[in-house]
Amino acid sequence: MVTTAPPPLSTGGFLRWSWRQLTSMRTSLILLFALAVVSIPGSILPQRGTNPILVDEWIEDAPTWGPILDSLGFFDVYAAPWFAAVYLLLFISLIGCVIPRAGVHWAAIRTPPPPAPRYLTRFPGTIEWADPRSEAEVLAAARGALKGWRIRAEDGAISAERGYLKETGNLIFHIALVGVLIGVALGGLFGWRGNVIVREGNGFSNTLTQYDAWGGGRLTGDGALAPFSFTLTDFRVEFSREEAQRGSPTLFEAEVRYQASPQAAPVREVIEVNYPLEADGAKVFLVGHGYAPHFIVRDASGAVLFDDSVPFLPQDGSFTSTGVVKVPDASPQIGVTALFLPTTAVDDIRGPHSTFPEADNPSVFLSAWKGDLGLDGGVPQSVYTLKTEGMEQIGLEALVPGQTWEFPEGSIEFTGFDRWASFQIAHDPGKEVTLITAVLAMIGLILTLSVRRRRIWVKVDSLPDGRTLVQVAGIAREDGGDATREIAHAARSLGAPAEVIPEEDE
Amino acid sequence: MNGLAEASNAFIYASMAALTVAMIAFAIAFSGTRSSAPVTVPAGDVALLERPRPTPGRRASNIGMSVTWLATVLLTIGVVLRGLWADRVPWGNMYEFSITSALGILLVFLIWSTRRDLRWLGLFVVIAALLTLGLAVTVLYTEAAQLVPALKSYWLIIHVSAAIVCAGAFTVGAGTASLSLIRARVESRHGGQVTGWLTNVPSTERLRTLTNRVLAFAFPLWTFAVIAGAIWAENAWGRYWGWDPKETWAFITWVLYAAYLHARSTAGWRGNVASWIAILGWVSFLINYFGVNIFVNSLHSYAGV
Repeated sequence: MVTTAPPPLSTGGFLRWSWRQLTSMRTSLILLFALAVVSIPGSILPQRGTNPILVDEWIEDAPTWGPILDSLGFFDVYAAPWFAAVYLLLFISLIGCVIPRAGVHWAAIRTPPPPAPRYLTRFPGTIEWADPRSEAEVLAAARGALKGWRIRAEDGAISAERGYLKETGNLIFHIALVGVLIGVALGGLFGWRGNVIVREGNGFSNTLTQYDAWGGGRLTGDGALAPFSFTLTDFRVEFSREEAQRGSPTLFEAEVRYQASPQAAPVREVIEVNYPLEADGAKVFLVGHGYAPHFIVRDASGAVLFDDSVPFLPQDGSFTSTGVVKVPDASPQIGVTALFLPTTAVDDIRGPHSTFPEADNPSVFLSAWKGDLGLDGGVPQSVYTLKTEGMEQIGLEALVPGQTWEFPEGSIEFTGFDRWASFQIAHDPGKEVTLITAVLAMIGLILTLSVRRRRIWVKVDSLPDGRTLVQVAGIAREDGGDATREIAHAARSLGAPAEVIPEEDE
Repeated sequence: MNGLAEASNAFIYASMAALTVAMIAFAIAFSGTRSSAPVTVPAGDVALLERPRPTPGRRASNIGMSVTWLATVLLTIGVVLRGLWADRVPWGNMYEFSITSALGILLVFLIWSTRRDLRWLGLFVVIAALLTLGLAVTVLYTEAAQLVPALKSYWLIIHVSAAIVCAGAFTVGAGTASLSLIRARVESRHGGQVTGWLTNVPSTERLRTLTNRVLAFAFPLWTFAVIAGAIWAENAWGRYWGWDPKETWAFITWVLYAAYLHARSTAGWRGNVASWIAILGWVSFLINYFGVNIFVNSLHSYAGV
């Protein structure tokens, strides 16, 4: 255990003591552990950023713990103050460690290695032999043999050091990590990301009002959105019918007509899962798809009140989809909650459900309501839910394409369906910084973990018989290593007799 | 099922049979050894050093090594045939990840063993590979199918191959770390002496150095795997990092191995503490592989089970 002195009582002394504690290796180790531990809850509990609906369900199911965990930030772990506290302390500790080390390293690079120790034989692995050459000749040969090493020549000795890149790599790695953090912060502050559902044949233009959901960083400016637009001309999806992976998608692509600006000529583009569309600094990703059944709602006199396709949200892998049709122009107003089943099946346990994602046998199951849809209250409503309080149920019906359900207030015709695709459109100005610094960090790591830092000494002394006693010794500058290989190599190139050089065991 | 698939399965079962033989051989080598220290025979005034004869244990571990090579060749053929059958890299579901990871474990061990004597590590490595394969053929088995669109990318080859080599290196590193802990414990109980099978194992300090070597190789590679994954995620999902459970555990694994390397250069922590951290890193890697793929709702849930 490293013993630490108690903190001094003066303010300045206390600050210095705290700083030394924070930048010590032990503290950074503990902070690394803390970082690992505080990351775990975010992988176990649902997170707002990725799955807000699941978070709400979770809180509802756990009335005691849900709100407590919520107020502590457990449903948004990676934005929680305690998570930030850990990684910010870690980075401060890192910076406090790296800056002095950079200074030391800078000085070490510019000064020759320290003089050779007086007695080399006390170092393990020292090789010595009697050489017929003169001292000067041996030292000259040693300089030649140690090419690429940083050398200090003295009277009767040479000190050589190599492997400065090890520490350089270490510093690059740590400084680059700060760069990664900066890149992530840039993305978080200046980037934006939005989601939108587009039905086949419909268009999208990149303005805030067109998004279903949009989130921008704290410093994302008003002019952040480039004026591009596209129309979803065709959406193609195929599913495996093989027994092994029945229902898993095999093809999934959106064909769009893209315009970089309202004046630009439209271009045909295909967006696939791994192939986003580059759109003027932003990227358009294909993230999901589903069905949009088409309904025509008429009043009792036969006048058309509603004639459109409505995106339904898939609930399972076979695309059992749910959605809502709202007809505010009817009097009384009409609302319909519906199930869309691409391949219809009904059983006692699951009720109506779909057994395959392709539209082999499509149908809708409708539940129609009349009354006040509650749209005038000014409270924003989800287009995917119908508030049935204060409404009266008209009835239930199942339809296949082309069928019409007639009821006293009017009728609903199920004419068929379109497909829709959902897109995520994102702009992250920090991602290049993150990528470059992450790659730099990796290069630094490879350097620091693979370069061997070694110090070698060659000493000469005259023997009574006129020959020269040559001693070669060395040390490793990192733990667990030794300099046997380098000593043997230096001795061999100095012309040491083979019998004094130990065999390499590795 | 056609011929290729049956052939692939046959080779994988054959490889498991060979690994079982290797495991028995390594186990005999461990249990049946006496200390093979050189025996000094007094001969007149000069003490002659007699070279130790190959003991039964030595012969058994040599057999173990040979059979492990054989098992690895069989497994390689099995994995390649699986890829040929599916007509893509054999990394489309957990069964395929697992058989390739077992191959990764064996390859890291065997390639390393060409550079130094690692026969003492054989038992651990063979058991790890056998368990992985056993889980693969019993619990995780899936018929080959086409890749889901999200996996159709050349990043699959880059990202997953790096992760699979890391699986091998992390496993071998956990093996040497565990052995160093066992040896350190026995030594501290018996006043620095070890007996029985432990005499075949390198010294505690040597085991720690070996752990450090293999993890110093694996850590930059894991960094690369995570970066490659992030680039792929940016291409597929529109963000390079989204704290998906798979990403979170990859991060935790990275942080733990970073902590290991720091512990190695911290006085008082570079011994047993560092070894425990190495094992912890491996556990977090396993949680990421089995736990997240099977139990957690993740974008990476490609288990196919």
